[in-house]
Amino acid sequence: MAAEYALRMGDGKRIYLTEEKILSEIEAGSGNAADLGEIPDLSVDEIDKLAQILMMPGKAVSVEHGMEVPVTHDIGTIRLDGDQGNSGVGIPSSRLVGCMMHERAFGADTMELGHIDYSFKPVKPVVANECQAMEVCQQNMIIPLFYGAMPNMGLYYTPDGPFENPGDLMKMFKIDKARESMEHAAEHLTRDTVWVMQKLFASGADGVNFDTTAAAGDADMYGTLCAVEILRTQFPDMYIEMGMAGEMVLGMHGELEYDGVRLAGLWPHEQAPLAAQAGANVFGPVVNTNTSKTSPWNLARAVTFIKAAVEASSIPCHVNMGMGVGGIPMLETPPVDAVTRASKAMVEIAGVDGI
Amino acid sequence: MPISHIMASGMTGIRAAGDLVARMEFSKNMRIGEAKEYVAKKLNVDAMDLSDEHVMRELREELDIGIITSVPGAAKSIAAKMNIEKLLGIKINSCEAFRKQIA
Repeated sequence: MAAEYALRMGDGKRIYLTEEKILSEIEAGSGNAADLGEIPDLSVDEIDKLAQILMMPGKAVSVEHGMEVPVTHDIGTIRLDGDQGNSGVGIPSSRLVGCMMHERAFGADTMELGHIDYSFKPVKPVVANECQAMEVCQQNMIIPLFYGAMPNMGLYYTPDGPFENPGDLMKMFKIDKARESMEHAAEHLTRDTVWVMQKLFASGADGVNFDTTAAAGDADMYGTLCAVEILRTQFPDMYIEMGMAGEMVLGMHGELEYDGVRLAGLWPHEQAPLAAQAGANVFGPVVNTNTSKTSPWNLARAVTFIKAAVEASSIPCHVNMGMGVGGIPMLETPPVDAVTRASKAMVEIAGVDGI
Repeated sequence: MPISHIMASGMTGIRAAGDLVARMEFSKNMRIGEAKEYVAKKLNVDAMDLSDEHVMRELREELDIGIITSVPGAAKSIAAKMNIEKLLGIKINSCEAFRKQIA
């Protein structure tokens, strides 16, 4: 009987696969990415290397000496002191304590400060509080400390915001009205994020992390790219990271363009050059995890997409590898065996500049 | 989960030289190889040493660029970042703000 290796499904459940099955899953996952993105499949050597990583006997694996990369963070200290029923663990602690714990105890290469809602719009009424927190943290820390938040353009639509919900308008076939609503929301998104970051940068922030860009589709990405462009012009030395929400930009609007490129339907390797063009220093590509597929399938698919993005990008790429993205299983407590294998594969095969 | 990534692939921040390499990626858009090479040259070490806690523990103290423990008289926070600015030839926003405030 052929040896079986303990691996995971996309939801984290343990499964046992033979080497033959692992190889066929890798080929299928890579092929799926190649078909969708019209990018190269993994080579035979890369497939073999990925299989070797997945079949390593240890529970935790790591990159080879000398191949380590800097790690950036989303959600900041909220993973410690927050609790939204997902990644926060609700430990009563200040954000300064959280930042310093990451720097001095957890070995973080960079860190970020974020509002409990982790969206730019709700920061506006409490921006002074955020500036105070940033100043205190910067006075106590050494590693780069960003301000992080989600563009989260959905907050600009009714019932949460001033503009009519495009989903409701489209249901009534008011397509032009829906597009207008998205364009207005994007303008406000740009204006708000620039205003918030003007304050935070004046308070000593090293930069900004736009986390989950394009969560509300192409207009969300358009608004964020415009914000990046304005911030780069106003603050040439600001560190700007632009991370995505999903692998493909959803065409909610369908006709928006940035720098002559239609945003709807862009894959990671097509998104990266636009982030660089707008003025970002680092791009954070995303590939979603399919919970019904195996970890070899998901990881091969993610590595194929990200490798193409890294090659297409003129700026460093820090791949998103949180819960349910980048080959990581979709659950609150991703198994260490799956996380470390995905981490190693992204560095050694996809060639990422950071995670 | 972030700890799993740090242990598997990270440069472990100020335990070694992860913060310095990250600063070069963000301040100069350097890709990982170029950033490591740049920092290694400034520190006069091999790129391999940038993730070596044994090498970097003593070197960070010697360069006064911040370490995880308390050493009497050693630079911390803004002071350490000002030394990093000089070492890497970059400007750090919080240091710029601090200088403006005491001018």
